[in-house]
Amino acid sequence: MSLDPALVPNSRNGSNSSLVGARIPMVDSVDKVTGAGKYTDDLTLPGTLVGKILHSPHAHARILSIDASAAERLPGVHAVVTGRETPVRYGILPVGHDETIFATGKVRYIGDNVAGVAAESESVAEQALRLIKVVYEVLPAYFDPEKSMQAETNLIHDDKPQNIEKEYHHHFGNVEAGFAEADYIRDDRFECAEVTHAALEPHSTLAKFDPDGSVTVWSSTQVPYYLMRTLAATLKLSEEKVRVIKPLVGGGFGGKSEVIPLELAAAVLARKAGTPVKITYTREEVFYAHRGRPRQIVELKTGVKRDGKITAVEARIVQDGGAYCSYGVVTILYSGQLLNAMYDIPNVKFDGYRVLTNKPACGAMRGHGTVNSRFAFETQLNMIAEVLGIDPAEIRRRNLLRPPCVTVNGLRVLSYGYPECLEKVVERSGWKRKYGKLPYGKGIGLAGSHYVSGAANAIVRAEMPHTTVDISIDRSGMVTIYTGAAEIGQGSDTMQVQVVAAELGIGLDRVKIVAADTARTPVDLGSYSSRVTFMAGNAAIAAAREAKKQILAAAARKLDTTPENLALEGERITCRDPAWRDLSLSFAETAALAVGSDEALRASGSYSPPASAQGGKYKGAGVGPSPAYSYSAQTAEVTVDPETGEVKVDRVIAAHDCGKAINPLAVEGQVQGSVWMGLGQAVQEEMVWQGGRLMNPGLLEYRSASTLESPPIETIIVESNDPEGPFGAKEAGEGSLAATIPAVVQAIHDAVGVWITSLPVTPEKVLRALEEKRRREELSY
Amino acid sequence: MNQETIQLHINGKKFQIETEPNRLLLDVLRQDLGLTGTKRGCDDSSCGACTVLIDGEPQMSCLMLAVCYQDCEITTIEGVATLRGKDNELDPLQQGFVVEGGAQCGYCTPGMILTAKHLLAQNPDPTEDEINQALSGNLCRCTGYTQILASVRRAIELLRDPAWRDQEAQSR
Repeated sequence: MSLDPALVPNSRNGSNSSLVGARIPMVDSVDKVTGAGKYTDDLTLPGTLVGKILHSPHAHARILSIDASAAERLPGVHAVVTGRETPVRYGILPVGHDETIFATGKVRYIGDNVAGVAAESESVAEQALRLIKVVYEVLPAYFDPEKSMQAETNLIHDDKPQNIEKEYHHHFGNVEAGFAEADYIRDDRFECAEVTHAALEPHSTLAKFDPDGSVTVWSSTQVPYYLMRTLAATLKLSEEKVRVIKPLVGGGFGGKSEVIPLELAAAVLARKAGTPVKITYTREEVFYAHRGRPRQIVELKTGVKRDGKITAVEARIVQDGGAYCSYGVVTILYSGQLLNAMYDIPNVKFDGYRVLTNKPACGAMRGHGTVNSRFAFETQLNMIAEVLGIDPAEIRRRNLLRPPCVTVNGLRVLSYGYPECLEKVVERSGWKRKYGKLPYGKGIGLAGSHYVSGAANAIVRAEMPHTTVDISIDRSGMVTIYTGAAEIGQGSDTMQVQVVAAELGIGLDRVKIVAADTARTPVDLGSYSSRVTFMAGNAAIAAAREAKKQILAAAARKLDTTPENLALEGERITCRDPAWRDLSLSFAETAALAVGSDEALRASGSYSPPASAQGGKYKGAGVGPSPAYSYSAQTAEVTVDPETGEVKVDRVIAAHDCGKAINPLAVEGQVQGSVWMGLGQAVQEEMVWQGGRLMNPGLLEYRSASTLESPPIETIIVESNDPEGPFGAKEAGEGSLAATIPAVVQAIHDAVGVWITSLPVTPEKVLRALEEKRRREELSY
Repeated sequence: MNQETIQLHINGKKFQIETEPNRLLLDVLRQDLGLTGTKRGCDDSSCGACTVLIDGEPQMSCLMLAVCYQDCEITTIEGVATLRGKDNELDPLQQGFVVEGGAQCGYCTPGMILTAKHLLAQNPDPTEDEINQALSGNLCRCTGYTQILASVRRAIELLRDPAWRDQEAQSR
C-alpha cells in the first residue's frame, strides 16, 4: 500500500541533521488508516474460547460459598475457575500485593472478580455465569475516604488499620518559620472528582498454552514485562515459560500500565480448558476495571511575601484509592513530591493519606499523582496574585527555580524551559490586552505544570538497566531494532526508528522494528511515567552508536584509513579529508563488509538514570526524582453564560518544554491530547458513584468530549535541550495536562468573578457560586 | 437459534455466510469475515468506532443486524483504499491521516475516515463547523481532535489536486 513519498519528509537518504526535528508520520500509521493493523481483539486462534468474568454485585461482602457445578455441566462450557484455584497475591507495587485473580474469601467492590468461565460462545459463557451460585454475607462498606479513615471494624483489608493504605508525612525546610515570615497566607480546600482513562480500545487478552506448559499471551498492555512477571508468579511458572506479545494498543493513558485482572484470568482459563481463551471487556467492564485518577481532597496553605515570593507551602492530601493498592503508594507520593521542581519553594510540608474504599481501585492516569495537586497549587497562586494585585504571569516569574539545582526534597533540575513557556503564551494569547479587561462573561486564565521524564527509580529494584535496545544489521544493510518499549499510540516505535536512522545517517525505510515481545525483545519497563523517549531513546542512540562504530571500522579497513577519518551520512561513508572525498562506500556494501562471516552485525545499548538524579534517602524519596522534567505554561479563554452557568472553552494555547522535539508532529499531538484530557477533567468528566455503583459507565454518560465540545488547541514547542536527554529531548505526553485545569478555572474567575474549587466545573457549581457572590454583595451594602 | 444463509456485498465483493439472524453486522464483519478494521469501542453506539458505510451513508454496525443489509453496498475501512482506480493507492483521507498525525492509537481512525469520506462526498469544501458537526459521533481519546481536523483538511487539499479528480472520474 503506497503513500505519496512527497508527503513524507526524509523518508530516504536521512542524515542526522534532517531527521531529528522532522515531522515524521508514525511508522505504523498506514496499518492504522487501512484497518490492516491488528489489536488484540482482532486476533484469533483455532479453537479460541470466549472468556467471561463473574463480577461481585456487592461492594463489600464475605463469600460464604461458591457452587459452580451447574455452570461446569452446561454444554459448551470448557472451564470454570474460582478463587480457590488462584490463591497467589499480586499487585503492581512490591508493597501492594493485595489482589488475587479471583476473590478469595471476600469481595471488596461492585465489579470485583469472583469467577471466570471459558465457553464456545459469548451467550453460553453468559449463561454459565448466571448458573454460578455465590452465597455472600454482606458487610458494611466505605465509600467516602474521610469517613473510611475513621473505620475501626469491617476493615477492607485486615492488615490496613483505619483503611489507610499508606500515609506519608514529609517536612522539608521549616514551614513554621516560612509562614512566620509571610505577609499573606491563604488556606483553601480543593476537591477533584474521580476520572478515568476510557481508552477507546476495551482491554483484551488472548492466551494460549503449549503442550510443554509454556504460555503465550497477547494483550492490550502498556507493560509487557510486568505482565510477564505477574503471569509467571500467579500461574506458578518460571519466567522463561511465559511470553507476552503486545499487538497494537488502542490507547492507554495509564489504564493499561499495570496488570488488569482479565489478563491473568484469560491465562488461567486457557490452562484449565486446554485451548486458547480470549477475554475482551465490555465498555462497562472497562469502567469498573478503572485504575484511574482518584478523587482527591487538597487542603492547601501557601504563604507569600508582599512581592509574591513564596515562603512556605503546606498540603494535606487525601486520596480515595478504591479497594486495592494498585499504584496508590506512588500516586500519593507524587501528589506531594511534585509540589516541588516547578517553583523555588524553600519550605514544604506534606501530609498524604491514601485511603481504601469499597470502589474499584484507582491507579495511574496521565499526569499520575500531579494533576490534582497542581490544579490546587496553581489556582491558589492565582488567587494570591489577585489579592496582592500582581499579574499571574509575574507572580510565577518571581518564584522561578534557578537551575541547575536540587529542590528541598532532593529533585535535581537541569533543563528548565518554564520561563520561556510563560513568555511565549503571554505573547501569543495577547494576555496583557485581555486579562482583567474582557467583557463580563468572557475570561482568560494562565497556569503552569510539569512532569517527570520517567521515574529515576524503578518499581522493581533489580540490578538491571531500565531499558535495553538491540540492533542488528544484515548484509543487505537492513537495520532491525529489537526493543521492549511498548507502542501504545504515543509514537514509541517511530521515535526509536527515527533516532536510530538519524544516528546511522540512513533513511527511515532502511529501519524495521520488532517491539514488545518478551521472548524476542530485551527488557524495557513499559510505557508509563513518560519514560520512553528519554530512556528507550537514549538506549537506542547508544545501540546505534555502537553499530556505527563497527560499520566505520569495517569501512576504514576497506579504505585503508582510520574510523576517525570517516563520516556516515546520507547512507554513504565518506572521508572527512577533502583530498579523499571521492573515496566512498554505500551503507549497504559497508554493512556486508562489517557483517563478514557472521549472520548479522549486532549492537546493544542500555539506559539507567544517573545516581545524581535518584533523589534523597528519606522514606518515600524514591518517587518524584527523574532525570529531567518537562514544563508547560498555558492560557485558556472561556465564555461563561451567567444565566445557565455553562462554560465554553474557546481557545487554549499550550507552550511545552520537551527539551528537543525529535518529531514535532508527535509532540504536538501529545500536547494537544494532554490538554484535551485536562479540559475533560476541568469541565466535563466525572465518575458518579452511588453506594459503590457507577452511575455513568458509558462514554456518553461519562461525557467524553466530541469535536463539538473541543476547542482549537494551539501548541508552542519550547526546546531547553536537556543535557542528558536523547538529542536533548524530554517528555511530551503528560506534562501539559495539569496546567489546563487551573488555567480554565482562572479564566472562569476572570469571566464572572467566582473561584470554583471543585472539579469538574459544572454549570450547577458556577450558578451556585454566582448566587453566593450575589448574596455576599447584597449583604455588604 | 437456526442458521440462515445470508449474502452481503462488502467492498465490491459478494460474501455468502451461514449465521444466526440475531448477529450484529459488526460481529459478522469481524468474526466471520475477518474484516477486523471495523472496531468495537463501546456497546451502545456511543463512540462511532464501528462505523461503516451503507450505500455511502455512515452507520454504526454495532446497532445493525447483518441479515437486514443484504441488499446494500457495505464499505468498510478495508475497502477504502482499493475503491480508488489506481492500484492500492491510499485514499486522500488516509494520506491526510498519515501525514497530519490524525491516527495516534488508531482505534477510532477507521470510523473517522469513513464518516469523513461521506462528508467529503456530499460536500467537497466543508467549513470547520461542518467538519466538526459531521465527526461529532466519532469519539477519540488521544488527539483532542486538532490533528484529526488537520488530516481532513489535508485530504480536502489533496482532492482539489486535478490528478485526483481525473482518477476519480476514471474510477466511476
